[in-house]
Amino acid sequence: MELSKQVQIEKKTAKQSKRGFQVKEFFYFITQSKSVLIGGAFVLIVVICALFAPLIATHDPYQMNMADRLLKPMEKGHLLGTDQYGRDLFTRIIFGARVSLEVGIVSVGLAMVIGVTLGLISGYYGGWLDTIIMRFVDIVLSFPVLLLAIALVAALGPGIENVILALGFVYWTNYARIVRANVLAIKEEEYIQAAKTIGSNDFRIIFFNILPNCLAPVVVVATLGLGVAIVSEATLSFLGLGIQPPQSSWGWTLAFGMKFIREAPHLSIYPGLAIMFTVLGFNLLGDGIRDLTDSKLKRN
Amino acid sequence: MATFIIKRLLQFIPVLIGISILVFFLLHLIPGDPAMTLLGQDATKEDLEHLREVLGLNQPIYVQLLLFLKKLFHGDLGISIFQDVPVISLIIKHLPATIELALLAMIIALIISIPLGIVSAVKQFSWLDYVSMFFAQLGVSMPVFWMGLLLIIGFSVNLNILPSFGRGEPLFQSIGHTLQTGNLFYVVDSLQHLLLPAFTLGVMSAALITRMVRSAMLEVLKEDYIRTAEAKGVKGLMVIIKHGFRNALIPVVTIVGLQFGNLLGGAIVTETVFAWPGIGRLVITAISQRDFPVVQGCVLMIALIFALINLIVDILYAIINPKIQRV
Repeated sequence: MELSKQVQIEKKTAKQSKRGFQVKEFFYFITQSKSVLIGGAFVLIVVICALFAPLIATHDPYQMNMADRLLKPMEKGHLLGTDQYGRDLFTRIIFGARVSLEVGIVSVGLAMVIGVTLGLISGYYGGWLDTIIMRFVDIVLSFPVLLLAIALVAALGPGIENVILALGFVYWTNYARIVRANVLAIKEEEYIQAAKTIGSNDFRIIFFNILPNCLAPVVVVATLGLGVAIVSEATLSFLGLGIQPPQSSWGWTLAFGMKFIREAPHLSIYPGLAIMFTVLGFNLLGDGIRDLTDSKLKRN
Repeated sequence: MATFIIKRLLQFIPVLIGISILVFFLLHLIPGDPAMTLLGQDATKEDLEHLREVLGLNQPIYVQLLLFLKKLFHGDLGISIFQDVPVISLIIKHLPATIELALLAMIIALIISIPLGIVSAVKQFSWLDYVSMFFAQLGVSMPVFWMGLLLIIGFSVNLNILPSFGRGEPLFQSIGHTLQTGNLFYVVDSLQHLLLPAFTLGVMSAALITRMVRSAMLEVLKEDYIRTAEAKGVKGLMVIIKHGFRNALIPVVTIVGLQFGNLLGGAIVTETVFAWPGIGRLVITAISQRDFPVVQGCVLMIALIFALINLIVDILYAIINPKIQRV
């Protein structure tokens, strides 16, 4: 009884110290790259804006006030001025972060689920299944990505759900290719052969033995993909195919700002700055993680 | 080489068929009755029936697909619902403007990126390297349409030196006019209209190509033959251009080719910002008018050109780097 209790305590301590080590290792890992630190800080600011938008915003994002339309920055207590309906631009940009992050995260998640699953199947089973999946990847890659996204949203109709679906469909190919290439190398490893020998089924081998070892490049592509997805959403909204009013979207605000480019250029400047800031954050973060994982792989 | 080219051409055929099938199914992604969606709730029964007839919607889906592919084989992309003219004639009318824009954008991208990439690599970790990489990072992160708007605010609204929208005379035509009359006005006018949209479109490609040139040059500059050339007393610039850049060209050619294809996609946004009468603006106008045969035709045409460019890049790559033929 005493002995089993002792073993339990030891196990618990080992688990805790392992977790402590992982947290320490994580912080050591991110401080090794300026890109990760700067990009991470940018992303953190955007995430905070999105999460605490009602607390940070100075006005109601939907409240129109035609008497205060097209005010310049700092006029009448509006930090970045107002839009054509007299709505506070700063508030609209802060709330726009929610939409951009939502579309970015969900569409990248969708692309990742489709791409990783098909990449795993394609790489592990090979044969005709691999041929079919990879030829389909080739066909999707034969389209300029933005064109395909535009065509899909044109057919499905505008709106946040359709934008997410279209972007998820357009970007899954990157994940499928990377995962397949990794699976082809990993499935020849001894521990996979060992897993097969002890009778593990395909599902267990694919999702518990192979998948965790493919995740590093997937994380890099997903981080960079978040920036791409956010620009794509803004572009679709700018073209009138994405998020529809009254919802606040950076691309849509820019599109309307274009109509008042002479009298209110601030409408075209600040939402674009927000997009660039966010995308730059994800790009720096993705580049940094890639460099760190590459050097770690080289060291190993 | 011939075997490689034939093999690549044969692989291209299923991709072409796949692109066509995907474009065909775009129409069937429209929720509900496509005819009703395209014509609106107020459409009469006769109009709806006529449109179903025109689009072939009243036939089984496999028959529709076969008819679509058969028509495509004969260069028939259907009739525009809104303008009642063949889609192919609309594309032929608008495509030259897009190609002109993409070509000039690529020239601008190369003029910016190649010297910047080479200097960054040669002066690695210098302030020049940091500044150029900072701008490359900004270029990649900046939305194309925002860049366009900033240029309009700067050069059209504030400085008032370049037009903010529209197209002058086609560039090649204006060069002809200038040569005939000796009057530079025609060429200057065309270039003035082209400059802002082409720069807008070229900046992102310039950023990507700069990064690629830099990393390719960094690899090459570490090679033994560079050290040998330097040891033999070959002058610095000659080593960089003749021995360095020439060998760094292989990955650069690939990215330039791929970027040219991407410029066609990016042109959709640029053409909307600058009201440039190319195929991109045709697509966006057709979408707003729910003119789906035009959307399908344009998407198909751009995808075909994009796929063709990729094919040419593959073949060029094999010519420059014969090792690839054996893979």
